[in-house]
Amino acid sequence: MSQAAAHHEHEHHDHHPSGITRWLTTTNHKDIGSMYLIFSLIMFFIGGAMAMVIRAELFQPGLQFVDPQFFNSMTTMHALVMIFGAVMPAWTGFANWMIPMMIGAPDMALPRLNNWSFWILPFAFTLLLSTVFMPGGGPAGGWTMYPPLVLQTGAAFPFLIFAVHFMGASSIAGAINIIATVFNMRAPGMTLMKLPLFVWTWIITAFLLIASIPVLAGAVTMLLTDKFFGTAFFSAAGGGDPVMFQHIFWFFGHPEVYILILPAFGIVSAIIPTFARKPLFGYSSMVYASAAIAFLSFIVWAHHMFTVGMPLAGELFFMYTTVLIAVPTGVKVFNWVATMWQSSMTFETPMLFAIAFVILFTIGGFSGLMLGVTPVDFQYHDTYFVVAHFHYVLVTGAVYALMAGTYFWLPKWTGHMYDEGLGKLHFWMSTISVNVLFFPQHFLGLAGMPRRIPDYSVQFADFNMISSLGGFVFGLSQLLFVVVIVKCVKGGAKATDQVWDGAHGLEWTLPSPPPYHSFNTPPAPETIEGGMR
Amino acid sequence: MSDTDTQQRATRRTVIKLVLATCVMFSFGYALVPLYNVFCTITGLNGKTGRMTEAQAAALPVDLSREVTVEFVTNVDAQMPWDFKPIVNKVVVHPGVETQVEFEVHNWDAGRIDGNAVPSVAPNTVAKYFKKTECFCFTQQTLAPGETRRMPVRFVVDPRLPPEVKVLTLGYTFFQSLKPVAENAAAALPRS
Repeated sequence: MSQAAAHHEHEHHDHHPSGITRWLTTTNHKDIGSMYLIFSLIMFFIGGAMAMVIRAELFQPGLQFVDPQFFNSMTTMHALVMIFGAVMPAWTGFANWMIPMMIGAPDMALPRLNNWSFWILPFAFTLLLSTVFMPGGGPAGGWTMYPPLVLQTGAAFPFLIFAVHFMGASSIAGAINIIATVFNMRAPGMTLMKLPLFVWTWIITAFLLIASIPVLAGAVTMLLTDKFFGTAFFSAAGGGDPVMFQHIFWFFGHPEVYILILPAFGIVSAIIPTFARKPLFGYSSMVYASAAIAFLSFIVWAHHMFTVGMPLAGELFFMYTTVLIAVPTGVKVFNWVATMWQSSMTFETPMLFAIAFVILFTIGGFSGLMLGVTPVDFQYHDTYFVVAHFHYVLVTGAVYALMAGTYFWLPKWTGHMYDEGLGKLHFWMSTISVNVLFFPQHFLGLAGMPRRIPDYSVQFADFNMISSLGGFVFGLSQLLFVVVIVKCVKGGAKATDQVWDGAHGLEWTLPSPPPYHSFNTPPAPETIEGGMR
Repeated sequence: MSDTDTQQRATRRTVIKLVLATCVMFSFGYALVPLYNVFCTITGLNGKTGRMTEAQAAALPVDLSREVTVEFVTNVDAQMPWDFKPIVNKVVVHPGVETQVEFEVHNWDAGRIDGNAVPSVAPNTVAKYFKKTECFCFTQQTLAPGETRRMPVRFVVDPRLPPEVKVLTLGYTFFQSLKPVAENAAAALPRS
């Protein structure tokens, strides 16, 4: 892939418009990937600002800054923005940037759909975020939207529902595009079992999206018709049942948590072998473990609702299947550790984030196991223990993997090395503060502090203050992330093609930054063999 | 070029399949509603009580050696201008013996109101052993302004009820029927 050839390609396609029209009409996977990533970074800060409001209010017992209704809309919106606005679009952004380059394809299979699936998102989040300024305030019944509470939402209600529809449409379109790309556009010689694990985990994620998001769309449509068109899916007055919503929602909701984490497994499986300078231990077991997790994710949903009143047989079934997920997840953690075992590791920022991911995600996994055990879940249900659990798997899990991936591929994307000193500072500030932020929440939960409450009794005061302090430092530390990215985009040491000396894979055979159009002719089979090693 | 054509055709096939899968899963979301209902009716979960014909109830074996206390609780939806109470608060029955109790409902509103009573049985895991042959919850109840009505419930406790269960609670909640809301969807919008 010589520079001259790439330059020639570029000239050939030089008709594309400039300025804002370029970004509105672009069908280039790299442009769209960048837009997804920038969008999700903005959402990360909007959702983060909401988290700061939550932690400021919880700094002390009593009501200080916001009224309870607004507090509850903050917890609700924080979750929706972070899940659907920050993490999911970020994964799609990574997929757009990396998958065509990883499989030796010139672009995504459906470039125009790709443009649409991105541009739906700003509209979806304008709808959602505008609700904060509406009479009655934003949705405040929790992101899980349980009826009948959610039906009491004010003018924000239809906006919430349509925003969820838009987000869902965007992710389904993205998922269809990714599957179509991987199934039909792989370079000759790129067999399925040679795919990088990030591609593998994304295919599995895409299937999860296609199977679960439509169910969410159905559930929220039922809420909409219940409220405005006199249906009674969840209203006891018309013969419906509010608990039914929980069953339908969590049929979506549990696969959703693996949608958020599976691509993280893929990224970590790319980073650890690079900096351990060893091939990944147990590649095929990683693929099978991911598939097993995806399958199990569809038969564990009721562990979110152990307390609604289920028969013993149901609680046992969902407990066993839930605990069973620890097996494939344990295989993955074992493989990552085995890859690092007796290797010549170096600790650049992406590797630091990846190692922290393995350790801290595992802590989140263990608290998940505790929650999966029915009898004790009756104590933990809806307490801060749950909050601590899902923030360990989502912040130090999914978000850490996103940061690891950003540091890992940033030199490839921009052609410049990022500031390693600042990157490490960002890592250590984040990792110390995130544990100060979330670890005490385990204790709060075990002591009985409920979630989604703006005030609490005084015995919870100390741990809440510690947690809030950690939260403020964590929030501020993320500004460093932006500084690193902006500095790296603007300039810095020139990155080589391979960037990291242990890096293998087709994307590292391209120049840094890669040409606007790459792999217009598929890479040679030797390149694939060599790159994959 | 034919290579590109083949690839495009393959892509189109993939996309069609995936779009179909999306539609199937959307319908599946809706199908979950009747599926869960069927599941709950068969298993008697979620307090969904069983129905029986008089003939079936009469054919049940009678177990005079056992006594089961059946308690009654009544609730009225917060927005509903009705009073609703059982005539007796509990009865002691033998499994297999059909029993009739009555409930009284009174409409103190100035208008006619349609109501639906939603039953549930606790403990909900044994709800399937509680069978009704007649109930005012089977149909909608319409009360004129100021009207008071006595309504019967005939039930039988299945002798297969697990022996450790000594008390069953039959609860009813009266809800105003949804029709008036449906007629004026705009009314559901909040006033600021």
